[in-house]
Amino acid sequence: MYLGRVNGTVVASRKVEGMEGQKLLLVQPVDDQLADNGPLQVAVDTVQAGPGDLVVLVGSREAALACQPHFVPVDAAIVGVVDQVHTPEREEA
Amino acid sequence: MRLCRVIGNVVSTVKHPSYSGQILLVVQPIGEDGADIGTSFIAIDRVQAGPGDFVVVLTEGNGVRQILQMGDIVPIRSLVVGVVDRVDLS
Repeated sequence: MYLGRVNGTVVASRKVEGMEGQKLLLVQPVDDQLADNGPLQVAVDTVQAGPGDLVVLVGSREAALACQPHFVPVDAAIVGVVDQVHTPEREEA
Repeated sequence: MRLCRVIGNVVSTVKHPSYSGQILLVVQPIGEDGADIGTSFIAIDRVQAGPGDFVVVLTEGNGVRQILQMGDIVPIRSLVVGVVDRVDLS
């Protein structure tokens, strides 16, 4: 699992079978210091996250398991809205 | 599995139901000399690990489901499965 920041929403009317009704968000993966880490991703939202939110994502097959119904062709899902990232070791450095 | 150091935790109130009651740790993969390798990621705690602990992290969903025993539909991929006492290099 990894952290990301929601940058916006993605609207796609024509989708493959099984992906209908899934809310898609544009997410920038970030590291523990909240700096950008890697390319933008489109992720399915399972927790009503919105633009600006810091979120926890899960990738690969487990992303599909986060969805209802769970056999959905996706590879990234938002599974939590982050209130705080606490990394005392990094703050000292 | 990967050798990591726990560097902190993530506080999240609104979570997927499978994550409720789970502790989210920030873990940093390390090498045999203890130096950081790559970027940190998030893992669920299973062994009461805390910041500064060296841990073994399972990063494969099927193994995680086997350990958590929460059924077959668990969207969790990384799990802290051991606290490392020491690493001996030959």
